[in-house]
Amino acid sequence: MTYSISNIARSKGDPKVLHSGPSSLGAADRMARALGWFSIGLGVTELIAARRITRALGMEGKEALVRAYGIRELGHGIVSLSSDKHLGLWSRVAGDGLDIATLMTAMRHDNPKRDNVGIALAAVLGVTLLDIIGAQGATARHSRPRGRPSSYRGRTGFPQGVQAARGAAKDFKVPPDMRAAPALAAVSDRAPQERARPH
Amino acid sequence: MRALVWHGKEDIRCDTVTDPELEQPRDAIVKVTSCAICGSDLHLFHNFIPAMLPGDIMGHEMMGEVVEVGSEAKHKLKVGDRVVVPFTIICGECDQCKRGNFSVCQTTNRKKQLADKVFGHATAGLFGYTHLTGGYPGGQAEYLRVPFADATHIKVPDGIPDEKVLFLGDIFPTGWQAAVQCDIQPTDTVAIWGCGPVGQMAIRSAVLLGAKQVIAIDHLPERLDMAEAGGAITINFDEESVVERLNELTGGLGPEKCIDAIGMEAHVSPSMPDTVYDRAKQMLGAESDRPHVLREMIYVCRPAGVISIPGVYGGLVDKVPMGQLMNKGLTIRTGQTHVNRWTDDLLHRIEEGQIDPSFVITHTVSLDEGPEMYKVFRDKQDSCIKVVLKP
Ligand SMILES: [Zn+2]
Ligand SMILES: [Zn+2]
Repeated sequence: MTYSISNIARSKGDPKVLHSGPSSLGAADRMARALGWFSIGLGVTELIAARRITRALGMEGKEALVRAYGIRELGHGIVSLSSDKHLGLWSRVAGDGLDIATLMTAMRHDNPKRDNVGIALAAVLGVTLLDIIGAQGATARHSRPRGRPSSYRGRTGFPQGVQAARGAAKDFKVPPDMRAAPALAAVSDRAPQERARPH
Repeated sequence: MRALVWHGKEDIRCDTVTDPELEQPRDAIVKVTSCAICGSDLHLFHNFIPAMLPGDIMGHEMMGEVVEVGSEAKHKLKVGDRVVVPFTIICGECDQCKRGNFSVCQTTNRKKQLADKVFGHATAGLFGYTHLTGGYPGGQAEYLRVPFADATHIKVPDGIPDEKVLFLGDIFPTGWQAAVQCDIQPTDTVAIWGCGPVGQMAIRSAVLLGAKQVIAIDHLPERLDMAEAGGAITINFDEESVVERLNELTGGLGPEKCIDAIGMEAHVSPSMPDTVYDRAKQMLGAESDRPHVLREMIYVCRPAGVISIPGVYGGLVDKVPMGQLMNKGLTIRTGQTHVNRWTDDLLHRIEEGQIDPSFVITHTVSLDEGPEMYKVFRDKQDSCIKVVLKP
């Protein structure tokens, strides 16, 4: 595989980019990409630093939950970075809800890290807002608008009409290498030697 | 010159790039007058065939005027000739080319070692279609270098508009070959999955070749409309069961011939759970292609029938029912299109007025609007079926 990768190189004479023009990526796509990578980063952090996170939030004992959320974040990230980005972003919004609900449980008065939880909540709320904006943007940019599609009923492709076209190319001889095995040929077409096979 | 350049997943830009030059004696330079976005370009747009490099020029459906000819192509081409460029680059001399198996030409893939590694044996060079097939710059550009130009061209007469002949370079012969390799009999039902541009051409080809009935499967109303206009009976898979309806239309026996004009990116819908499974695996990199159509075709096809696959597959598929395939004795025929094998005949049929492939064009825009049109076409917005670009 190293060979394959190193062998992919553009050939010398091929045109080179002098300067770049407008891209097919819109602002909504770039935002989805940023949020997708944010998910991946957060997911990895939750997986490898679960203990530090729970300690900072006064949620000791919830490491498994944080790691599970980390895996969930990776999922959001992968989908957000795919061409189904709107699904990924809406899944992030749902995930934000879960994060908020979980943090709320740590907003107890007896939690000495209550201030940290408050900061975390504010951050999640901010990100939630971005996620909603991103999800709406991606949905708007990539969905098929409702309403009547164009009618293409007149587009036969046959200048002389469909009826005249049926079988009009029967003069065409299918080359021998493209003949189907005669398995489904018309029954009377069977080769004589097959019909007259002695028993 | 300006060209549509691949920069990464879903990132195609209209860039200014250096002009191509003659490199080999058999080359020619073509000034592109019309080019098109192909459904298979979307697989590259999504980076599902991960052998593109940022800076690669897209496009394999193009035509134009010859503006420069290398010394060894002069006996076949001259400046001013009007040509459609086939997407398969052919030498015309190797064993496979002599057999008419142009899409597996043994000479033209300049990344042969890479392709040998990945495919076992290299196939032909293609324009604008990854480094597995030569990494040749494509034709969504103002100018195109055509390698092996003495063989790799289809001359078209003046006085016939671009729109009528442009598709000789890919989708028309692709739909045609899909139907031809079904060896259609007058008693045959031909079922065609996908009413995109290749599906539309396959429908017309099957009609011309005299199928008893042609059935087209999709879920976008505008595409089904166009399929019906071309003489097909349509099935909207959002509204009815494809298998039940196909059996109903064939007296319970199933279609004799099935054509997959979808390929590796089957529509994903919770109503078809296998597609959700495939999409999830694809996102995780555990499967490259979504073969829902293959599964359905193998299941519904009449025993001893033929399955023809013009739709592009890129790599590995999962859960293909080999047991059904083997026990039913189905024949699978596939391959990239041997474009030049069919084009003399097809040009003749266009000139005779048997068919006018321009029916499929829904959008014509300038090259600058190309990047946005990739998105519109991919998202099937604005009833888009086929985009033609005018450099
Ligand atoms: Zn194509
Ligand atoms: Zn060859």
